[in-house]
Amino acid sequence: MSGGLATLYMSVIVLLPLSAVVWRSADHGTHGFWSAITNDQAVASLKLTVAASVIVAIVNAVMGTIIAWVLVRDSFRGQSIVNSLIDLPFALPTIVAGLTLLTLYGPRSPFGINAAYTKWSIYLALLFVTLPFVVRTVQPVLHELDQEMEEAAAALGARYGTIFRRIVLPNIGPAILSGVALAFARAVGEFGSVVLISGNQPFKTEVTSVFIFGRIESGDSTTAAAVSTELLVISLGVLLTIGAFRRRTTRHDRV
Amino acid sequence: MSKFGLRFVALGYLAAILVAPVSLIFWRTFEHGLHPVWVSLSSGNTLHALELTLIITAIAVPANTVFGIALALAIVRKRFPGKGIVNALVDLPLALSPVVVGLSLLLLYGRDGWIQLPFRVVFAVPGMVLATIFVSLPFVVREVVPVLREIGEEQEQAGATLGASSAQIFRRITLPAIRWGVAYGVVLTTARCLGEFGAVTVVSGRIVGQTETLTIHVEQSYDNFDVVGAYSASLVLALLAILTLVMMNVIKPKEPTQ
Repeated sequence: MSGGLATLYMSVIVLLPLSAVVWRSADHGTHGFWSAITNDQAVASLKLTVAASVIVAIVNAVMGTIIAWVLVRDSFRGQSIVNSLIDLPFALPTIVAGLTLLTLYGPRSPFGINAAYTKWSIYLALLFVTLPFVVRTVQPVLHELDQEMEEAAAALGARYGTIFRRIVLPNIGPAILSGVALAFARAVGEFGSVVLISGNQPFKTEVTSVFIFGRIESGDSTTAAAVSTELLVISLGVLLTIGAFRRRTTRHDRV
Repeated sequence: MSKFGLRFVALGYLAAILVAPVSLIFWRTFEHGLHPVWVSLSSGNTLHALELTLIITAIAVPANTVFGIALALAIVRKRFPGKGIVNALVDLPLALSPVVVGLSLLLLYGRDGWIQLPFRVVFAVPGMVLATIFVSLPFVVREVVPVLREIGEEQEQAGATLGASSAQIFRRITLPAIRWGVAYGVVLTTARCLGEFGAVTVVSGRIVGQTETLTIHVEQSYDNFDVVGAYSASLVLALLAILTLVMMNVIKPKEPTQ
């Protein structure tokens, strides 16, 4: 019973609306779809979005791992507060995140740093909203990791860098990768935090979600649907990759 | 030495990206004193936006709690046709652009859409509720699935052997075991519902005083150079987010053992 109910709910809430998008994107045939997604402005926005998401994913891989490390292995006053703050980007509405970043790094910045309406503002917004992903996937793995291996290596004369590269990294690597993939997927689709701060100039600071939004507003739902289908394929692709990757690594663990 | 270096890097990054911007908003809101904030928050449009946000949340959270538990049970305990698709799609709202979600509802329920209902869906509250349900769907499922896997089926089977009905088994055995996971999922769902912007803004048509939620109110106020209005509404949302963090810490479930 609950299987049927679950399938029905998923179909009504998720599957049916998304099918409508894919259906509409093919409204003017494959030629229409192709000319919609090869539209200069759409291509420019997608290039910008994917490039920014890659940069943000890489920064997250490094900073997220460092933050997870400091939260698990270090100890200092106020650590538990810092730990709960990591989830703030999940809890804070994206539009508020955008406004806060605009306040600090916009035209009225108290530090005189004005990144608004540049690519830097997009990086900042994406870094804010994707902060928790790598930290929260790496943290539990690091917590479970037996420190005896590292101590043994240190006793045998391995240096800090060597221990990290040869022992810690291989253990937390899969977690970093899945966190990075989630952060990437989230960054590609981000809208609320970017829309106020980036200025949305076509060909310069217009991300794909904002481009689609503009097309919807101007009533061109076929182009909007075609580019949305592209984003849908990217999101599904990333999720299926993470799923396959997880199944492989957990099976490996059990053996 | 290098330990302090890492601590410095980590905390410095968090300060620049997270703490400084969010604290600054408190300061900027009260820059001109309490009075303008009070006037802005007690204006009809702000109150209506808050009310609408709460109504949408009050519908979306229970729906996703009930169906989230059903989905989690189906994914962990059942075999049924379409299970693979359900499994693949359940995380999709987390990774998909909210603008795409909004567009999908416009196309499905709009003028030439496949589904025509006797009442207005698009540019009205029902569409905004559907959009919010869509984006906040995964949270309860994701929290309950690992707990269900961990508790296993033995107790449920024992209950069934002793003649309990499936409703009794759920109420007396399964539900008590998953309640903290459900509670955590509900907190996350609530936060997402209160803060949803992109999907809701696309389906709402942004009619001031009618289909404006609190997040849309922030954006519209900012665009209309009503900075105090934007900051005041943001402050309310930021306080709700901090409340969410406190709740998350109070009911944090134990790390599921891998």
